Amino acid sequence: MSLTNTVTAEDLIRISGVDPSKCMQCGKCSGACPSYDEMEYHPHQFVAMVRKGQIEKLMASDAIYQCLSCFACLERCPRNVEPAKLIEAVRVAVIRQQGMNHMTANDIPEKLDEKLPQQAIVSAMRKYSK
Amino acid sequence: MQRIGVFVCWCGSNIAATVDVKAVAEAAKHEPGVVFSTDYQYMCSENGQAMIREAIKEHRLTGVVICSCSPRMHEATFRKTAVSAGLNPYMVEIANIREQCSWIHKDMAEGTEKAIILARAAIAKVHLNAPLVAGTSPVTKRALVIGGGIAGIQTALDIADAGFEVDIVEKAPTIGGRMAQLDKTFPTLDCSACILTPKMVDAAQHEKINIISYAELDSLSGFVGNFTAKIRKKARFIDETKCTGCGICTEKCPSRKGLNDFNMGLNTRGAVYIPFAQAIPNVAVIDSAQCIHFRTGKCGLCEKNCSAGAIKFDQKDEILEREYGAIVVATGFKPIDASAFNEYAYSDSPDVVTSLEFERIMNAAGPTKGKLVRPSDGKHPHEIVFIQCVGSRCTEDATKGKPYCSKICCMYTAKHAMLVREKYPDVKVHVFYIDARTPGKNFDEFYRRAVEQYDVDYIKGMVGKVSVEQDHLHVQGSDLINNEQIHINADMVVLATAIEPDPTARALGTMLTASMDTNDFFTEAHPKLRPVESPTAGVFLSGVAQGPKDIPETVAQAGAAAAKVIGLLCKNELTCNPCVAHANEALCNGCSQCERVCPYGAITYEDKEVRSPEFRGIKRIAVVNGAICQGCGACTVTCPSGAMDLKGFSNSQIMAEVDAICR
Repeated sequence: MSLTNTVTAEDLIRISGVDPSKCMQCGKCSGACPSYDEMEYHPHQFVAMVRKGQIEKLMASDAIYQCLSCFACLERCPRNVEPAKLIEAVRVAVIRQQGMNHMTANDIPEKLDEKLPQQAIVSAMRKYSK
Repeated sequence: MQRIGVFVCWCGSNIAATVDVKAVAEAAKHEPGVVFSTDYQYMCSENGQAMIREAIKEHRLTGVVICSCSPRMHEATFRKTAVSAGLNPYMVEIANIREQCSWIHKDMAEGTEKAIILARAAIAKVHLNAPLVAGTSPVTKRALVIGGGIAGIQTALDIADAGFEVDIVEKAPTIGGRMAQLDKTFPTLDCSACILTPKMVDAAQHEKINIISYAELDSLSGFVGNFTAKIRKKARFIDETKCTGCGICTEKCPSRKGLNDFNMGLNTRGAVYIPFAQAIPNVAVIDSAQCIHFRTGKCGLCEKNCSAGAIKFDQKDEILEREYGAIVVATGFKPIDASAFNEYAYSDSPDVVTSLEFERIMNAAGPTKGKLVRPSDGKHPHEIVFIQCVGSRCTEDATKGKPYCSKICCMYTAKHAMLVREKYPDVKVHVFYIDARTPGKNFDEFYRRAVEQYDVDYIKGMVGKVSVEQDHLHVQGSDLINNEQIHINADMVVLATAIEPDPTARALGTMLTASMDTNDFFTEAHPKLRPVESPTAGVFLSGVAQGPKDIPETVAQAGAAAAKVIGLLCKNELTCNPCVAHANEALCNGCSQCERVCPYGAITYEDKEVRSPEFRGIKRIAVVNGAICQGCGACTVTCPSGAMDLKGFSNSQIMAEVDAICR
């Protein structure tokens, strides 16, 4: 994925490791979702829309920030599709398009907080660097 | 030197589109021993076979190579053709240039090259072929049916009606199986017990049927037509010949803690019990784990009260040895354990039940006498949620559940919903479904009746979570049609749990050397054309043991399996496969390694007098029983001295093929 080109379904599939074709659209993810009412698009729609290549709508939607990453959808999916990872991939795609505002190793010391799990820092590195 | 004819088949365009058949026929002409070579559009057709017959006579062929489809498809056809022209059938070799060549290649040049190599290998083998004569083995005219549910009962009745003896071995104390537990049956809503129990009685009264209940297959030896089974008849601590089934012992028994399996553990029973009123045999059984006498040595109330003197605390397991010509596997299914699905709170609330538990609750002979009440407090429920596909249609990499559709759940859920609405119109019924799968005669009409006439609320979507609240269950799910998440306060939740093969199936499959799939369903010999036969000769499949199916399909398959068994048992003898192992006496050292690897027990040892230049005296030598040997070849590769060889597939023949391929 380049920073200038549009994001494709293949990009999201590669970033997330999710195979949307496995989904049988049962809706159990959306039945489990605690943020359902806040979200414009729901977990099962993320999977369906990526499959159909409707990426721009997802990237423009606030739904990506209303997902709590609670992983209920991922845990309960009978087909191991892992919608939460796909939503995360859309978020990452949006952030990467916003330019070079990603974290560097030098930013870490000032952000360290004893209450903050180290894993969060590491995953932030992964998320915000290209 | 053999005089070999080569016949290259086009199989329409199946072979000819990817393999230059003329080039194959031409190349074969130059192989040693080949005196005739041709190609034809359909070798298996009557014209094609006539061509082979004429060539055998005209060119005095001693061996034939057919370059065509897999030998599984038409080897038997071409062997018959050879026989009708006076050739030994084992002088025919097939070069598989369809499945192993044209179907897997796209490039004509590559396909043709491989086809020529395969033809060459077959020609090299025919040079070493020798005429073989098949022997015969007798057929024991009795069948063994493993499992006494509707599948086993129907198969047994059909075989017995044809005049053959049948033994039904059932692991439970009574026959009847899962169908006996059901309340009503779809799509006619007739009472399950009312249609099943007469069949149970028919089986019990049939002079040709012998029911061996509370018993399991311990071991099996032999082969098609000649099986010997050891059946373990478990101690029920009751003399079956004396017990009258009066039930006094079951009333007097002071132990009341054993869970009632027949009611899916929804209530308890005595340590001595009769599973249900119409049980066959109508004989009590003692659960020794619960019995006070077995635990403390005291009590014995049942013994004191039994006027027939049938209680036998000292009864032991008994081993019966019986011979059979055919075996039918009808081991059925069980629902999967719903407690793996924490999100549905099955382990947290007694008001979350499986469909089979619900079946017992709705049944007039069940724990609530057919009154629909909440298991937790016995109150009348006002709102019920049914969840379909619980554990069905999951991917292999999901943490739980089965990859297949359990097939029966859509219909029984529609039935449950309808029955509830019929008996209790005040109860609201919701069904969460992914797809309503209702193929079958009058099935979709049945489901539509639930929606249209009984006003059952079908919601396309799945439940994500069931949480236990103060006096109700909070059900949260998605409604995909309305694009909303819905919340229902339900009194009961019913899970349409997936079904899986009975846990005894895997061990049984190993014992019978019958193949199974990764889900432990028995595999059929051909998924379309031989659906009731196992690939293991003499083993037949009936009911859910082979794959999920409903009652009408089970009964149809049971009858089909019976027809196959009857076809086998009415033969007086079976032709054996002559491609069996044999030991070269000069080379055999009697080391016993072949005996140990033989899966069929076909090898024994004899002391034989040997007079050869190297050795003179008595020698221990392996002897193969040709009727038992299945020609698997395990002994030939195990034998350290190279004494074992397989007729028709000898080491020299196989090496000749390899040499021809590598040439």
